[in-house]
Amino acid sequence: MLVIFGVTGDLSTKKLMPAVYDLANRGLLPPGFALVGFARREWADQDFAHVVHTAVKEHARTPFREEVWQQLSEGIRFVPGEIGDDQAVSRLAQTILDLDEARGTGGNHAFYLSIPPGLFQTVVDQLRSHGLAEQHPGRWSRVVIEKPFGHDLASARELNRIVLSVFPSSSVFRIDHYLGKETVQNIMAVRFANELFEPVWNNSFVDHVQITMAEDIGIGGRAGYFDGIGIARDVIQNHLLQLLALTAMEEPNSFEASQLRAEKQKVLDAARPPKRMDLHTARGRYAGGWAGGEKVRGYLEEDRIPPDSRTETYAAIRVDIDNRRWAGVPFYLRTGKRLARRVTEIALGFKRAPHLPFGQTDTEELGYNAIVLRIQPDEGVTLRFGAKVPGTQMEIRDVNMDFGYGEAFTESSPEAYERLILDVLLGDPPLFPQHEEVELSWEILDPVLDYWASLPEQPEPYEPGSWGPKSADLMLARDGFTWRRP
Amino acid sequence: MIVNLEGTTSSKISAELVRIRHSVGSPAQSMVLTLIIVCDESEFPSALQASIVAGREHPSRILLVVTAPGRDAGLDAEVRIGEGTPGEVVVIRMHGPVAAHPASVIRPLLFPDSPVVIWWPGKVPNNRTGDELAKLAMRRMTDAAAAPRPLTALRARARDYIPGDTDLSWTRLTPWRALLAAALDQYPAKIRSVSVESERNNPSADLLAAWLRSKLKVSVNRRVSDGPGLTAVRMGTAAGDIAITRPDGLLASYTVPGQPERLVALKRRNFTELLSEELRRLDPDVIYERTVKSLLDGERSTSSKSRAKKASTRA
Repeated sequence: MLVIFGVTGDLSTKKLMPAVYDLANRGLLPPGFALVGFARREWADQDFAHVVHTAVKEHARTPFREEVWQQLSEGIRFVPGEIGDDQAVSRLAQTILDLDEARGTGGNHAFYLSIPPGLFQTVVDQLRSHGLAEQHPGRWSRVVIEKPFGHDLASARELNRIVLSVFPSSSVFRIDHYLGKETVQNIMAVRFANELFEPVWNNSFVDHVQITMAEDIGIGGRAGYFDGIGIARDVIQNHLLQLLALTAMEEPNSFEASQLRAEKQKVLDAARPPKRMDLHTARGRYAGGWAGGEKVRGYLEEDRIPPDSRTETYAAIRVDIDNRRWAGVPFYLRTGKRLARRVTEIALGFKRAPHLPFGQTDTEELGYNAIVLRIQPDEGVTLRFGAKVPGTQMEIRDVNMDFGYGEAFTESSPEAYERLILDVLLGDPPLFPQHEEVELSWEILDPVLDYWASLPEQPEPYEPGSWGPKSADLMLARDGFTWRRP
Repeated sequence: MIVNLEGTTSSKISAELVRIRHSVGSPAQSMVLTLIIVCDESEFPSALQASIVAGREHPSRILLVVTAPGRDAGLDAEVRIGEGTPGEVVVIRMHGPVAAHPASVIRPLLFPDSPVVIWWPGKVPNNRTGDELAKLAMRRMTDAAAAPRPLTALRARARDYIPGDTDLSWTRLTPWRALLAAALDQYPAKIRSVSVESERNNPSADLLAAWLRSKLKVSVNRRVSDGPGLTAVRMGTAAGDIAITRPDGLLASYTVPGQPERLVALKRRNFTELLSEELRRLDPDVIYERTVKSLLDGERSTSSKSRAKKASTRA
């Protein structure tokens, strides 16, 4: 049984509900599966079922089938109320109990907290006092929490303390939907299933790494959540540092959760923030203008953003990893909203050939070799190298050899949330970061956030639909690199 | 496959490109550059054709931008994949306020981390160097011959030259230049005089004259003929002329003193061939830069000379 707190949110309708349907459609949900929504709305079960229905029709990736919907809709319930309200939670507990009886869910519950972290304490307390968090042999009770896992190290520790006071560590699932992506798992496949890449995956050959997560949209309706948090907390702390860990970690002994986690922790422990914050960090905030053929508002003109907001919508930092494999190789992490294109990728830039036996003008257009792991939207791997331009002259330029997962395997790859929900139901946690990883990530990001908070000036404005502020370009130029145009 | 998108956005176009490529099941793609073509409706068919053929030699993402004024903002696109070219072709029509911000539409569609080339087959924006689409590109191609007043257009482009510029009237000269250089290799005599003959208003002939002047350090005579295009180049030596004459635009005769006259195929080339040639080298064309400089310098010195002459006669 999946119980969603804060079920009226965007994420819930766009991702969770469709993912549940897709799982059902693929035949991966147990027959008695039930979905319970809890939120501050005066809805009856049918109203909620209607919301789910619309969400599924609009956002599900698999075709709509009436019989699957029939199966699913039987188990849909809605409980209106405030989370602080004991009566409402009692009603919720009763609904869950009834469903256990009616649907034979066997007392297995997953609580999905799609709510601001400020409410965690209340929810967790309520779950405990109504006996919903109890662990019994033969059945499980799990809690799923979403980013942000705190807003700095101290709050992350506090959050962990709250959740761990009620649920054992193995029952806490920190959802990071990026880690459910097929391609993230493919990073491991590319690295560790092949002999071709691993020998050059180190500082003898790689001279820098760029990890990018760009969005072409603004903050939309998320002002309340986003303002004051900023993109570094929202994206770098979890997604980008997790991608960094997967890219830079040593080979785990096996893909068991504990082994994988041990390697990720080790590399995050070796990673450190830049020594010179002024040289190796950059932040920005999108201005208004035209992007992607549409007129868009600047961050400060978005609804419910205070005019004196200092929240950044673009962040770039340099991270160094102090170990034998990566010493001297800067990892540049960048993320932003309202950038030119929605894209997430990891690009390893290689050193130049030590000697080029060609004329200087022949290789003028030759850049550096690169392996690019594309995470979204066009998932795959790109290999970039120099090749001769057809013709009588010796002219060398870069070519891209692209491998697209979407083309190679015809099965539509499951959406990240499907994978994650399934893992929660199965209790299989290798992709989920444990609290140690979360805390290590904050240790890297905290000094940067402190530095930014100490600056008198506002984040640098950047043109919407561009690739970010000038200071970010300068940051790489100082080290002799340039950002890829992903 | 051709898909039409009406009232669309850049991100929808990108998504469509990915979707079509997946559904067509094309194997590893290997595009090397993005070619932006800015034209109006009348130039569109020939530009599309030329770019598709050039795309065979240089697999590219080709973005054809057609803008029109208007009051309402509008953005329509036509995505073509697997239509006679190994790359991707997107025809983008913008009108109204969107057309005033074309870079906002095009930037998200550039092929990742690869060169960008822009080509104006016809009309070129007045402030070319400040144009926002031009700023996205590392190579900018114009065609003075397609302008209503070719010679003025050529000079305007020469004046605001920045590295990465090329004019197709220069590309048209490549076979001529190769032939002239070969002639001088074969017969390395001192050149005393040069004349270049072409029909009226031929920018290529002006460029060839400027190139010869800068290379040979002699003054070059320009003569007007009936065409088509460039009809003859004669370089005078003590023993007679080195001459290439092409009266019909197809076959040239090639004469070097003391050697029999020979025929050389020197057909006037179409857009496709010119475009393919230009796309082979994406670094700035240094020789072209020197030539346009020589074109302007030569005229500055002659005009100041003639002004001096006028002044002296008046005196």
